[in-house]
Amino acid sequence: MAELASQLQALEDIVATAKQAVAAAQDNRALDTVRVEYLGKKGKITAYLKQLGNVGVEERPVIGKSVNLAKQEVAGLVESRTKTLADAAMEAALKAETVDVTLPGRNSDVGGLHPVTRTLQRIERYFRDIGFDVAEGPEIEDGHHNFTALNIPEHHPARAMHDTFYFDADKLLRTHTSPVQIRVMEEEQPPLRLIAPGRVYRCDSDLTHTPMFHQVEGLMVDENISFTDLKGVLSDFLQAFFEKPLKVRFRPSYFPFTEPSAEADIECVICGGEGCRVCSHTGWIEILGCGMVHPNVFKHVNIDSEKYLGFAFGLGVERMAMLRYGVNDLRLFFDNDLRFLKQFS
Amino acid sequence: MKFSEKWLREWVNPSLSTDELVEKLTNAGLEVDAVEPVAGEFNGVLIGQVKTVEPHPDADKLRLTKVDVGADELLEIVCGASNVREGLKIPVAVIGAVLPGNFKIKQAKLRGVPSFGMLCSSKELGLTDSADGLMELADTAPVGIDIRDYLDLDDVAIDIDLTPNRSDCLGVAGVAREVGVLTSTDVCAVNNTDVAASTDSVFPVVVEAHDACPRYLGRVIDDINPQAETPLWMYEKLRRSGLRSLGPVVDVTNYVMLELGQPMHAFDLDKLQGQLTVRHARSGEKLTLLDAQEIELQSDTLLIADDNGPLALAGVMGGLDSSVTASTTKLFLEAAFFAPEAIAGKARSYGLHTDSSHRFERGVDTALAKLAIERATALLLDIVGGKAGAVTEKSSESTLPQPASIHLREARIARVLGINLDEAQVEEQLSRLGLVLNRVSDGWQVTVPSFRFDLAIEVDLIEELGRLYGYDKLPKTRPQGTVLTTNITEKATQLERLQNVLIDRGYYEAVTYSFVEPKMQQLLAENELDPIKLANPISADLSVMRTSLWPGLVQALVYNANRQHERVRLFEVGRVFKGNLENIEQHRQIGGLIYGDRYPEQWSQKQREVDFFDAKADVEALLSIAGGDVRFEADTHPALHPGQTARVYKNGDAIGWLGAIHPKLNKSLDLNGKVYVFELGLSAVLAAQVPEFEALSKFPAIRRDLALLVDNSVTAGQIEHCLSKNDSDILKSFQLFDVYSGDGVEHGKKSLAVAFHLQHAERTLTDEEVDALIKTVTETLEQSVGAAIRS
Repeated sequence: MAELASQLQALEDIVATAKQAVAAAQDNRALDTVRVEYLGKKGKITAYLKQLGNVGVEERPVIGKSVNLAKQEVAGLVESRTKTLADAAMEAALKAETVDVTLPGRNSDVGGLHPVTRTLQRIERYFRDIGFDVAEGPEIEDGHHNFTALNIPEHHPARAMHDTFYFDADKLLRTHTSPVQIRVMEEEQPPLRLIAPGRVYRCDSDLTHTPMFHQVEGLMVDENISFTDLKGVLSDFLQAFFEKPLKVRFRPSYFPFTEPSAEADIECVICGGEGCRVCSHTGWIEILGCGMVHPNVFKHVNIDSEKYLGFAFGLGVERMAMLRYGVNDLRLFFDNDLRFLKQFS
Repeated sequence: MKFSEKWLREWVNPSLSTDELVEKLTNAGLEVDAVEPVAGEFNGVLIGQVKTVEPHPDADKLRLTKVDVGADELLEIVCGASNVREGLKIPVAVIGAVLPGNFKIKQAKLRGVPSFGMLCSSKELGLTDSADGLMELADTAPVGIDIRDYLDLDDVAIDIDLTPNRSDCLGVAGVAREVGVLTSTDVCAVNNTDVAASTDSVFPVVVEAHDACPRYLGRVIDDINPQAETPLWMYEKLRRSGLRSLGPVVDVTNYVMLELGQPMHAFDLDKLQGQLTVRHARSGEKLTLLDAQEIELQSDTLLIADDNGPLALAGVMGGLDSSVTASTTKLFLEAAFFAPEAIAGKARSYGLHTDSSHRFERGVDTALAKLAIERATALLLDIVGGKAGAVTEKSSESTLPQPASIHLREARIARVLGINLDEAQVEEQLSRLGLVLNRVSDGWQVTVPSFRFDLAIEVDLIEELGRLYGYDKLPKTRPQGTVLTTNITEKATQLERLQNVLIDRGYYEAVTYSFVEPKMQQLLAENELDPIKLANPISADLSVMRTSLWPGLVQALVYNANRQHERVRLFEVGRVFKGNLENIEQHRQIGGLIYGDRYPEQWSQKQREVDFFDAKADVEALLSIAGGDVRFEADTHPALHPGQTARVYKNGDAIGWLGAIHPKLNKSLDLNGKVYVFELGLSAVLAAQVPEFEALSKFPAIRRDLALLVDNSVTAGQIEHCLSKNDSDILKSFQLFDVYSGDGVEHGKKSLAVAFHLQHAERTLTDEEVDALIKTVTETLEQSVGAAIRS
């Protein structure tokens, strides 16, 4: 028995040194060396088994069990040490890979739309969503579409008021987007719902006028369209555009191509109607012209004005953008100064 | 139309404050543009009379005056005005007075002499914009009275921005009539008593152009007093309407025009010969106008002429030779109705715009001429005296516009306005306007008075009903209508998608003028395109229509580069204008420009200047959205670098350009550094196809790489072209992934590496198949571009 005890003691000693060796291993290679040294085919535990040839038959199971336990223990130590080393290595690697997350990202380079386009897109989206088409027309127009068909005969005072750019006696730069109404109605019969956004031109340049600007024309023609519908559609639009339940006022006005004609004012978005420089202390801002399509216009495009009624409107896009974003100088829209453009990205 | 509020209230005086009155007018479509006090803000200014004038001991231009302001003692005041003289009555700002601009009058010393107040000019009182010396008051002005009371200055001038259809309100009487309707207030009637003739003098009138002049009234006034002066009340009313006093006769004609809306003219009778004829101009005739300019008359111009030739541009402006002067003693007074069509555009064609043409172009009440000539006669007899002759009237009933008779249907009112007005409401409102209504089965037959010549058709009456009801009181409704169809095509991409691609790649959108400077255009144009020129440009640098987006973009670049922007990426979408006036092409293009550093300034990446392939990548990104067969070919463009210019093709069509601005243009374009530009036809870029599904292969794909040795002159495009001709089913795609020249590569040659991706739809590829394909490809490349395979 003393023999057995000393045999077991020897095994315990092997395990104890293995334990020290595992703990001393600083990397996977050293640890592998330890593993081979104790658990390999020529390792210390195998060698221990081999030199047990003289152990009695009844003692063999006891020794065998102890050897298995010793093997398991050492293998367990190696495994746990492997994990510890891996964890430490990962931790070190992560530490080394730490970045300053507050530094800017690489090539974050996004530009932006011009505020006029941004405004136009919102207007287009609104009217598309309520069932209007978007139409286009030429910018170099003729006198017929820009004036005559819109019930502005030659020498009508309204022509003189348009400050028109001419190319010759007939060809001109359109002074408004209204000729698109004519071009669409020449081609299509009602019901019609459309808007026509685009560039327009007037021979005028000062603090509050640029020779080119943008308008959106609107037209709705159907069998039962009335002035109260015009008021409803435009009030809804203006409130949606400014995202405010602002007051909208309609005043009688005159356009040769509409009758009745009106101008719509909104409560000043700058002062909320209190009166300020922008609204000339009136509390109101003139925002668009509109009216019921004049029977003479329908006559020019062969639409039966007894059967159909319609409304039309025209609004200035730069003006809408100025009020929406608080831009105080119209000319900024055409300087294309990046400091300006970047404010709308 | 600008007029004094007090003048209006002489005609109609509703119980409304000025603000309420103004709001009423604006809401009725007579938009009030401005309300301004008729004088500056001042007080303490009295009427004084200069008693003595003596020279200043130490100043040539100053005088010492003693002035009576109704106080116990005369005031000693130093004055610098040249028109100061003994006996003159003037406004005097006494010590303690405050003049416009919060200018306080205190006792002062002027060159050592004390001064107790100030003698004023009209400008110093804010009555006029300029003044020549002291304001001279009438001899009858009562000394010591406050000038504000004397001139009745607690008044405002109301300026109405009248729409062209409401020329009936181009006279105070017309505005008063409108205010009467709007406020249900009684309006003073226009005085229509005739002035009886007190002389037999007449001057014969012949109207030849009856269409253009359906009515002409004239009258002689003999023996007027050339020394007479315009009375203060008239002077002030004219001033408050923005008119200068031009002597009593002209003042009276202007006054009647402002009061009633009827333009008038007075001739010096002694300058007229034979008879007066209203006719069109004959070729070669000339006329010197009141403003001293001589004009050559166009044959469609309506004239007033005598036996010697043209006297006046009818309805526009009188002639200088027959005009009333300070020595005129006999007048021929004119009040006519000229047809708007005869006057419209005429003043403008001579570069003129007068109060008279403004009214006749828009229309004047045909009934006014008679009232106006009597009113003017009465005023003239009061002011300049004289004897009036009988009125000569030449009217042509057949050409005189007749009051409209309009059929107004009850049902139509509801359809247009969207509300039902009851019968009584319609009748009451239209009657208030002076319209006469006769009930018929479906509505009314309405007769319009001569002063509302703008009302011609049914809907005009409906507008009046809406206006008087109040646009603001009309409800808001949502239209009930037909449900329409809409277009959701996939054959064109949305523009917004293209804009977003460029924005996501760092571009800002610019909007530049469609007209550009000719020189800039010429430098950047493709070929020698002759641009379409404006006949009346706003300035020389905005005088031709752009044929490309580049001039505007380059100008925007220069603007920003001059403001320390070292990195600029801009794009624009807009029309360019090509062809000629008979055949104009005006299509939309999308164009862009990059300049400066490739990356925004940052910490992590090696910075470099942009190059051709940066711009090309952006163009490729744009074109990849809608897809299609895109190809770039080396080409030449006068504005671009000959070695860095590509013509862009899509589906076989040339759709635009990409390249570097030619370095030789840098100086003339004010550029500093390389600029890459592109421009593509928008509709071509947007053109898309509906995707067609192809089944996915379940079998493995194989990649084979080939290294090709070719002459430097061989382009990637040539190789691509050559490979794309291979119609093998298994060659799915290929790509060029390396270009190398230098060490290890023969001089004059370059090495290109191409990857081939092979796959069969229904089975695994065999080595033999792959080898055979690669062999074919290799042979083709050898034959067509002389490629050798590097091993």
